[in-house]
Amino acid sequence: MIHARGLARTYRNRRGAVEAVRGVDLDVAEGEIVGFLGPNGAGKTTTLRMLTTLLTPTRGEATVAGADLLRQPSEVRRRIGYVAQSGSTGGEARAGEEVIDHALLYGETKAAARARGQELFGQLELDGLWDRKCSTLSGGQRRRLDIVMGLIHTPPLVFLDEPTTGLDPQARVNLWGHIRALRDERGSTVFLTTHYLEEADALCDRILIIDNGTIVAAGTPEELKRQVSGDAIILTATNPADAPGIAAAAAALGGDTPPHVDGANISVRVPHGGTALPGLLRALDAKGLALAAVELRRPSLDDVFLTVTGRSLRDGEKKGAAA
Amino acid sequence: MSATADRAATAARPPAPATRRRSTFVRDTLIVFRRALRLALRNPVWTILGLTQPILYLVLFGPLLEPLAKTLGARNAYQLFVPGLLVQLGMFGSMFVGFGLIGEWRDGVIEAERVTPAPRGALLLGRVLRDVLVLAVQGTVLSGVAYFFGLRAPLGGIVLGIVIVALLAMAFSSASYATALALKSEDALAPLANGIALPALLLSGILLPMTLAPLWLRRLSDLNPLKHIVDGVRALFRGETTSSTAIWGMVLTVLLGAIGYLAGTRVFRRDNA
Repeated sequence: MIHARGLARTYRNRRGAVEAVRGVDLDVAEGEIVGFLGPNGAGKTTTLRMLTTLLTPTRGEATVAGADLLRQPSEVRRRIGYVAQSGSTGGEARAGEEVIDHALLYGETKAAARARGQELFGQLELDGLWDRKCSTLSGGQRRRLDIVMGLIHTPPLVFLDEPTTGLDPQARVNLWGHIRALRDERGSTVFLTTHYLEEADALCDRILIIDNGTIVAAGTPEELKRQVSGDAIILTATNPADAPGIAAAAAALGGDTPPHVDGANISVRVPHGGTALPGLLRALDAKGLALAAVELRRPSLDDVFLTVTGRSLRDGEKKGAAA
Repeated sequence: MSATADRAATAARPPAPATRRRSTFVRDTLIVFRRALRLALRNPVWTILGLTQPILYLVLFGPLLEPLAKTLGARNAYQLFVPGLLVQLGMFGSMFVGFGLIGEWRDGVIEAERVTPAPRGALLLGRVLRDVLVLAVQGTVLSGVAYFFGLRAPLGGIVLGIVIVALLAMAFSSASYATALALKSEDALAPLANGIALPALLLSGILLPMTLAPLWLRRLSDLNPLKHIVDGVRALFRGETTSSTAIWGMVLTVLLGAIGYLAGTRVFRRDNA
């Protein structure tokens, strides 16, 4: 569905050239849900805007839904649906009218557009909102309306840019269901960007991790997690002064990397955390080192991100205070 | 609605995009035009407010010109004054339309339209034609009101005057949309639009003919195309349709309209617009 080779985009500003995307290769097969995961500013949206013809690549080439991105942009536009992060409907306009006008721009007839639009309103739980002013819809409703706009011409390939950003948790999980249905019930191929690990984990068949404008890892969520060596054991000392002693005991478990001490918290990564933990607790007990809390964590996509980029995705979210 | 029914519905629909009618420039322009007009009609406050300004000028400023009219060679003050008001309407009524476009851009409407196969020029022209229509109607209303105040001018001249208003609307609304899309900020657009509007107004002889001006001011105003357009409309209102002043004014208006639209389309075609 998508084959991109060496896709790159350089922005020019007063201070010179900024390489937002530095040569991305990607392949997406028909019927896949592929997640493009990375922190803000990693190049996700730039890549997406190139693949949707909104931005001309500085270098590279791509075939999108069977059409050449550079030579047949109109044909690409006809075959893809794009649900942008910024929305797609005017606040003063009515929902149904926006949907029909959008379909007309794809060359649909008015009658076909209305029928298709109302069918999609039913599927995305927007019944009864056809004549509502868009600005009066809730955040979740308006996002689902954006999806209706993106699907109105029945595209075989749908791009979603940060589809659940700004939604409350309930609306987010609800939207995940609708995105899965795009593939399960209509056979659409879905390419979405997200900076939410849970979203990528819950929704995607395959994940591409992008950082600093290049893809740094790719695979199914399980494959990616397997790349991380072992489980994390996180210990909290009752007395922070005990932390070095606890770290020494944890080091004896033989993880690939030495334990990491942060105040009263000690974390260590070991191959089989569950079996190692009882012995470690007995050893600490014997030395009289008291623990306030113990946590065992299976590898998460955040750990994957940390492993491949050397920093945490969550840190990046907190104003780039990455280690 | 069951999943099986959905699947059946999807399967029944011909999915081949190539069989769809190719979108054409005219068709897409009309789609964008109808949408913009619908939004304007649903909230007509701005259209009405836009007309109050020239009507206030007509009612509260026009009478001041009556004693001057004879010395300036016009049969009545309104024959002199209404052409200026029409040009002012065409300019001010369309110069600030970009503000609405920034709102649309923020809502994602522009990007959603740009991802469809619709030609970029159609996305601009549809909006511009809405403004052209609104301004033509406003110009007609203004001329009608002026008639009751005592405007006497040949009908052909008035009609051509309104056509000039419409073409000016095309020039200035294209420019306004293009600037808005390039700047994407109301805070940047406002001073820029005002900074152009005021000197253009003062140097156009809209309120008083530039023949009253000292030589240096007249030379300066000669550089302003709007001044020649106002002179042209005044000539049309005197019935001198084939005079060089009238023709020069019309040619300049057509040029401005064409340049405005072509420059605007360039911005709409740009990446990241």
